[in-house]
This record gives sequence, structure tokens and C-alpha cells, in this order.
Amino acid sequence: MNIAKPNSYRSGPDDRGHFGIFGGRFVAETLMPLILDLEKAYTEAKADPAFQAEMNGYLKNYVGRPSPLYFAERLTEHLGGARIYLKREELNHTGSHKVNNVLGQIMLARRMGKKRIIAETGAGQHGVATATLCARFGLECIVYMGAVDVERQQPNVIRMEMLGATVMPVQSGTRTLKDAMNEALRDWVTNVHNTFYCIGTVAGPHPYPTLVRDFQSIIGNETKAQMQEIEGRLPDSLVACIGGGSNAMGLFHPFLDDPSVEIFGVEAAGHGLTQLHAASIAGGRPGVLHGNRTYLLMDADGQIQDAHSISAGLDYPGIGPEHSWLHEVGRVNYLSATDDEALAAFQLLSKLEGIIPALEPAHAIAKVLELAPKRPRDHLMVVNLSGRGDKDVPQVGDILRGKSK
Amino acid sequence: MTTRIDTRFAELAKQGRSAFVTFLMAGDPDPATSLEIIKALPKSGADVIEIGMPFTDPMADGPSIQAAGLRALKAGMTLKKTLELVRGFRKDDNATPIVLMGYYNPIYIYGVDKFLVDAKSAGVDGLIIVDLPPEEDNELCLPAMKAGLNFIRLATPTTDDKRLPAVLANTSGFVYYVSITGITGAATADSSAVSEAVARIKRHTKLPVCVGFGIRTPETARDIASHANGAVVGTALVDALRNSLDAEGRATGKTVNAVAELTAALAQGVRGAQQAAE
Repeated sequence: MNIAKPNSYRSGPDDRGHFGIFGGRFVAETLMPLILDLEKAYTEAKADPAFQAEMNGYLKNYVGRPSPLYFAERLTEHLGGARIYLKREELNHTGSHKVNNVLGQIMLARRMGKKRIIAETGAGQHGVATATLCARFGLECIVYMGAVDVERQQPNVIRMEMLGATVMPVQSGTRTLKDAMNEALRDWVTNVHNTFYCIGTVAGPHPYPTLVRDFQSIIGNETKAQMQEIEGRLPDSLVACIGGGSNAMGLFHPFLDDPSVEIFGVEAAGHGLTQLHAASIAGGRPGVLHGNRTYLLMDADGQIQDAHSISAGLDYPGIGPEHSWLHEVGRVNYLSATDDEALAAFQLLSKLEGIIPALEPAHAIAKVLELAPKRPRDHLMVVNLSGRGDKDVPQVGDILRGKSK
Repeated sequence: MTTRIDTRFAELAKQGRSAFVTFLMAGDPDPATSLEIIKALPKSGADVIEIGMPFTDPMADGPSIQAAGLRALKAGMTLKKTLELVRGFRKDDNATPIVLMGYYNPIYIYGVDKFLVDAKSAGVDGLIIVDLPPEEDNELCLPAMKAGLNFIRLATPTTDDKRLPAVLANTSGFVYYVSITGITGAATADSSAVSEAVARIKRHTKLPVCVGFGIRTPETARDIASHANGAVVGTALVDALRNSLDAEGRATGKTVNAVAELTAALAQGVRGAQQAAE
């Protein structure tokens, strides 16, 4: 890419929410005043030590942070190359990294006096995290979820309902995450006066990509300190899976200005990049959807195409705008893993380390299987284990027993 | 520059009546029937015609208009064909203003500069792009004004007095007041709230103010039109179209008439407003 290298990779976005040409605020006028309010509230909260102190309390005692940085000894031996560390985000309360962001947004919603929370969810991890914190703070919670995802992620649907949330199956379009986001935006536009939209990833109109990134950056900040303590230095490489890209951005962002650290994002290649997939950077181009300009899967007329991934959490035809920018400036390498590669990695990690990963980070593990053996034994590689696989056990069980594909 | 929109509203002002603005989706249920329907609208009393540009992910639209867009896309509609539809309409009608309404991505992918040239030459007069607020004016609004097209902005119940000047700054043709917070076809507009909002907008601009979202019947159309310079009806017309289709969603002999008849009834409602106002 022949784009000038910036002085820092961490200074974005500009005051209009742009990362290079990406990002922005492409929303209906009805929502614009709210988005400006949110930006103001977030700027004030960030500067308020009491906000951070309260959040730190919940992160420690409710979420269970810091999450361990665990040396995966048997996986390392098996691959015979880099020393592999797993950032154990799957041990957080609710089972994934999603809770880091939801806690921050729910605390913002409370500051703004909003009593009704809406969210979109793909795999259900963001929905579960939102339902959990709404239960904790006594807020009404409505979660939009594609009807296809409701079907394949039943355990999470049941969890959300137990937590007192209303799950709204979305029947429009492809009935997955993209349509859940459309429907959440329609709800928001209708109920602007009392509703806070808790977006689950580093996408959407400014300031969402920034505030979600900031709330998730605790992953990378902890990793940096933990690695310093364990190995006395920076890691050499980072690997994380990407749907919208919040777990990846959270791990990557604190390391963007450390030039010795190689960074790999892994998109979902579904059945393969020449067939149905969800790899927006590998197979898409810049367009405008859901409030931001970013890489999208679309046809020649600008119509959004169906994404496919075995993992409901990665089954989205776009990616966060900051990732699109990091791709174009060449700071992060974006790779992809197929459904089959992710399934194999899912089984391998379960058997070697006794950790059943979610299908989403199984995509990251799949690329570790390729990257780690090519690196020396003193190379330190960190993989974000962004969620646990309990929710996927029924689906993977069916696939392995040959019941479905 | 004077567009067909400016000319039309000036004529209507002279006649002392409000505009009836129709919305239908380009290519719904198929390109040929869609052209016939659009051609029938002026004869049935439409003063300004809005044509939807189909998009897979219409975030501000309710189920009826979502379904209309999907019918059109299934029938092979593209942005290029939408411009051909306008060109076809212009063969017989060089006076009725045409406004294209939709979302930014198909235009962005078509290429903004090329789109503006092609739209102007096809006979398009104005654009309403739902997901381009004033904060993104550099994208399309400013180039469109330069190309001689009106950029019609949506003002909503959440657009307060502090924000209105920003919303109106680069607006031309008319202002489209969205009478409810919500998606198309959802709630019914409350006429006293609408009247107050229109008066508020008029304190900031000399442009005509048309009101849409939530108008389904000739009675509501008359009511709203008596408080504004125009009433926009979309979902009710799209529903009439859909109800005329066969089980497979194809046009029948009734389709064009179904839309034309409802258009005539609504137009009569709007024309009744002027008598009410006099």
C-alpha cells in the first residue's frame, strides 16, 4: 500500500471519527443528536476519575479481571516453534471479552440516565454480556438476534432469557448479525428518547468504534504488563480472530506503536475465499454500512452480500473501520481461516490444553498452527482466547457426529 | 439555478395549495411495471415523485418498504436501471419533479461524480439520502449542489433549534420533515405536533416544508397538508401495490390501477386541505 506511514498508529480517529477514509457518522438525522450526546458524555466520563475507579471495581470483582496470560505448554511442544501464550478472556464472567465493553457502555448509559438498553448479537456472547449487566443494574434489555443465529446458538438464547432479557428473533434479510444490527438501529430510531444502543463491536457510527476499542484495550494493556512480568519483555507477535474486530482491537491497540511486534488478524473464510465466506478485507472493498465506511462484502451495484461462517460471531459482511485503516497502512496483517480449519483447531486445543475455545477464537488458533512452527523457540506469540466454547458444544457435536454441516 | 422542484412549488404556492408527494420503489415489482406506475402518478394527482433506490439494508425503513426493495432487487433492479427508469419517465413528462431517495452505499460504489452526471442527464431533480447527515456533507451533498441537483434534507423531531441551522444550511428544493421518531410505515403522525414543528422549521428557512412518515389515508393527508407545503405518502402506496400482486409476487392486470386509484384518493385529500385552509 502506498499510503504515508503516520507518526503514531494510536492517535486516531480525527474529530469527525475518521481513521484515514474509514469510519465517519453515516446515520439518519433522527440519531445524529444522540450520537453527539454520546460523544460528549463519553469525553466527560473519560476525564472523570470516579468513572474509571467505579469501572475498575466492577472489572476486578464482578468480571474477574485481570484475565490470566497462560503459557500453553503442550500446544507449544506440539507445534515445535514459538512459545504460545493464551490471553484467557474466556475466563471472564459471561465467558468472553464482550463484557469489558458492555460494562463500560452500561456505566455510560447510567450516567446519561437511559433506562432501556438494546443490543444486537451474533453468537449471543454480546447479548449475554448485555443481559447480565442489565440484570445487575436493573435496566430493561432487548436483544436483537438473527433467526438463524437463534437456532444455532440456543444455549445463549436461554441464558439471555434467564437473565431477564427479551430476545427478538430477526426475520429480515439473511437473518444473521447484519440484520440484527439493522433491526437494532430501527428500534433505536423509534425509541430515541429513552434508549441506549449498546453496540457489541468496534463498528457503527463514531464514537462507537473508539469507545468500544478503549473499553477493550484493557486486554492489550494487561497482556503487556503480564508479559513483562513473565518474560521480561514485549511479545513478538499477536494473533486474534476478527468479525467486527473488538477482541482483536483490544489486544492490538496498546501494541500498535511497538514496531517489533508483528500483528495478525484472522477473518472467517467460511467455505473458502472463492465461495461463501465472511472475510471483508480479503474479499471485500470499501463501502458504507451501519454508520461507517469500511471494507464490506458487496456486489457490483453496492448491494451487501451474505456472509457465511460456521461461527455466528464472525458471520458479518463488514469489519470495524480502524481495522480497515490498519490494513491499508500495513500495520496489521489480515489472514483468514476456513470453517474446517477452525473446527480442527477447536478440537486440537480442547485435547491438548483442556480448554474448549469458542468457534470464533478457534479461527485464531487455526492460524497459530501455521505461524508458530515457522518461528524460533524464543519467539513469544500471544493469542487472544476471546471466548469459551460451551455455547458451541451442541453445534460442533452435531457436525462431528455427521448430523449437519 | 432553478430546478423542476423550485418551479413546481412556486406554481403550487400561486394556486394556494400544498403538494402531494408520492414514494414508490424503483423496479417494484419489476422494471417494466414500475415505469408504467410512475407514468400514471402525475395523471392521478402526484405533484412530486420520490423514487426509492433499492438497497439490501434499509435501516430507516419498515417491513413494507424493506420488502419492496427486495422485490425490486430480485427483479434485477440496479442503480443504473433506476436512472433508466427516470429517463423513460422523462420522455413524456418534463415538468413533474423526480427525487431519488435511498442510502449512500450504491451511489458511493457507482461513483459520486459519475452518478451526479448520469442522474442529472436522466432527469433527476433532487436527492434524499437517509444516511448522510450534515456531518458528512463533503461526500455527496456539496458535489450534488454543484452539479445542479437539490439535496433535500430530513429534519426530525430530534432536530432541535440548536441543530436546525446545520441541517438547513446546505438544504435546497424543500425540507422533508419526518413526523415521527421511527421507521417508515410505523406510527401515525399527530397533526398538532406536526403543525408546531413545521412552524418551528419555517422560522429558520424560506424553503417549502413537506411532511412524511405515518400518512396513510386521504383524511390524514388532508390534515397534514393543511399544516405544511406538502404531504408525502409511501408505505400506503407500496402496500396497495403489494396487495395487487399474485401469489408469487408478480404484477397482475390490477397493479398499475391499484396504485393510481389510491394516488387519486390521496391527492384529493391533499387538495381538500386548501379549501380547509381558505
